[in-house]
Amino acid sequence: MFGFSKEQGIAFLLLLILVVVCPFVLYPVFLMNVLCFALLACAFNLLIGYVGLMSFGHAAYFGMGAYVCAYAAKVWGLTPEVCVLLGGITGGLLGVVFGWLAIRRQGIYFAMITLALAQMNYFFCLQAPFTHGEDGIQQVPRGALFGIFSLANDRAMYVFIAVLFLFFFLLIHRIVHSPFGQVLKAIRENEPRATSLGYRTDDYKLIAFILSCFIAGIAGGAKALVFGIATLTDVNFETSGEIVLMTLVGGMGTIFGPGVGALVLKGMENYLAGIGSWVTVVQGCIFVVCVLAFRRGIIGEIGARLKLVL
Amino acid sequence: MIARRSLLAGSAAAAVIAPRVRAQGAKPRIKLGVLNDMSGPYRDTGGPLSITCVQQAVQDFGDHGFAVDVINADHGNKPDQGASIARRWYDEDGVDVILDVPTSSVALAVSTVTKEKNKVNLNSGAGTVDLTGSQCNPNTIQWTYDVYMLAKSTGGAMVKSGGDSWFFVTADYVFGQQLASEGAKFVKAAGGKVLGETRYPFPATNDFSSFLLQAQTSGAKVLGLANAGADTINCIKQAAEFGLTQRMKLAALLMFISDVNGLGLQTAQGLTLTESFYWDLNDRTRAFSARLKQKAPDVRADMDQAGCYSAALHYLKAVADMGVANAKANGAAVVARMKAMPTDDDAFGKGSVREDGRGMFPAYLFEVKSPAESQAPWDYYKLIATTPAGEAYRPLAEGGCPLVHT
Repeated sequence: MFGFSKEQGIAFLLLLILVVVCPFVLYPVFLMNVLCFALLACAFNLLIGYVGLMSFGHAAYFGMGAYVCAYAAKVWGLTPEVCVLLGGITGGLLGVVFGWLAIRRQGIYFAMITLALAQMNYFFCLQAPFTHGEDGIQQVPRGALFGIFSLANDRAMYVFIAVLFLFFFLLIHRIVHSPFGQVLKAIRENEPRATSLGYRTDDYKLIAFILSCFIAGIAGGAKALVFGIATLTDVNFETSGEIVLMTLVGGMGTIFGPGVGALVLKGMENYLAGIGSWVTVVQGCIFVVCVLAFRRGIIGEIGARLKLVL
Repeated sequence: MIARRSLLAGSAAAAVIAPRVRAQGAKPRIKLGVLNDMSGPYRDTGGPLSITCVQQAVQDFGDHGFAVDVINADHGNKPDQGASIARRWYDEDGVDVILDVPTSSVALAVSTVTKEKNKVNLNSGAGTVDLTGSQCNPNTIQWTYDVYMLAKSTGGAMVKSGGDSWFFVTADYVFGQQLASEGAKFVKAAGGKVLGETRYPFPATNDFSSFLLQAQTSGAKVLGLANAGADTINCIKQAAEFGLTQRMKLAALLMFISDVNGLGLQTAQGLTLTESFYWDLNDRTRAFSARLKQKAPDVRADMDQAGCYSAALHYLKAVADMGVANAKANGAAVVARMKAMPTDDDAFGKGSVREDGRGMFPAYLFEVKSPAESQAPWDYYKLIATTPAGEAYRPLAEGGCPLVHT
């Protein structure tokens, strides 16, 4: 019903089982972090993998989503689902403005414009009083879902985040395999030809961009609630780089790749924390190995071996 | 053959080690986590020597029927990183107490997590007064210093000696902002005035030239440095290079002995600064430093690091007093016990912990010696004045800590 092929159906079932079983084995907060970043990487992948637009500023939408969600939860005392939605809308609105400017260019120019706009956004977050500069918005309450179910417990929060992730994961999959998604892929392959077929490619690109930013904002909002904090780290360009890395390591243009990439990178950050700043060195090495040895990423490479589209 | 032989040797070794491991496992364990900056501007003021100081406390405490582990991590001066490490330590790794935590923004985040998990947070490295004020909680103690005490001691002394117009260069986060505003209060209270302030992004700034030039054009007599660690060192060095030091007096509102060492006496001589610990203060601090020297021969502890020692030792005493099982179950109860017991150790002497979580120790105003006056390595300070514990800190009623009224 979501346009899954048989193999993708099996892979999705596997994912579902993992999402259900993992919190009993692994640390739930770590898993929630992975899910938030997996969602963010999926949103980014929607652009680079299916439209061929390399955005280098996705941290802006992620981080602004986190700030607005945290502010709404802490100052306005709204319920978590509304806060996360507000985060998504913030990301989407920012996407309208940034996207409208950026989609007029392609390739490296597109990447640079998105990066420049994201840096402007970073400076805004640094100076705006409501973000509290370097301190960030701290002590954000998780609240009660729909005002009824308290999310203070990590397990309860995990269920909320997992449902959120699966919903948007399926949404992205649906988008990619819809007629709209077909046009996006046509634009990726050959934009002049898509134009000659009568498609307004700029409109399609803008809509895809806004969708991606909206989901990035949702992911940011969810992360802010999980950790109870929204800080400059979320809007920093290093986060943007990390998103690119996750998508490339997992497999660009695959549905499951970005999630796997998020798991790998966040896993390293979590379990190699003891070696301190060397984590970034290890990440760099992995990136080089990935580009040299398996350019399609983990899932892309598995898919190519098995001749499947995952 | 070789493989088999090494296998044999390995299993023999395992047989020897295994019973010992089991014997250790039977003892109750307390786990201390040192969370600080291991790679950024505050590495030298806290960093590895804070960990050594905590280990020294464990050693000096001795065996009281329970084992003590010390682990550490780098929070990179980022609140979200600090908070997520704290969360993982409490949830996953069985850490009972988190020590040090410099950088006020991180300290507040870690303190929040600590309260949520009902563990213990003994802060030595952060200066924000919010930890014992509006954001105080029953699980947190701020051991060593705070911006009020620094501003009162150093700022007050500067105004008295004629520096009555100030310009602040401020690290743009909660610590720097509070330090500058507390400093400004004391300057104004003493009849001085503040001509301006410039804030720089933390922790990403290395080049302070534009901020220093702003200070120069202001015409103020005193340049107040509301920052810490490597930032302070860079500011002082660059101010010296610009010749600023000939026209303005520098007031480093927070400076540690490791910073003085980093600057060298030639540059640092004559600076006034405030610490609550100095290794050469009295016989007890010298004895403590002699013990520490066996572990870290080339450095001397500053107040942040010595505060980690003092806090860890007092914590372990409280744990021994109330039993490991009780201590592990309820962090707030341990902190309550720590507040009830008077403190006494070689580094900070006799002291106490106030009900809002403020460690009460005297504040010492030092002047940095000139190279000619310095007799030995690390012989850096002349004691100028001592503010007694009761007067050094913000009065209890002014802090607005919710714990005080209940």
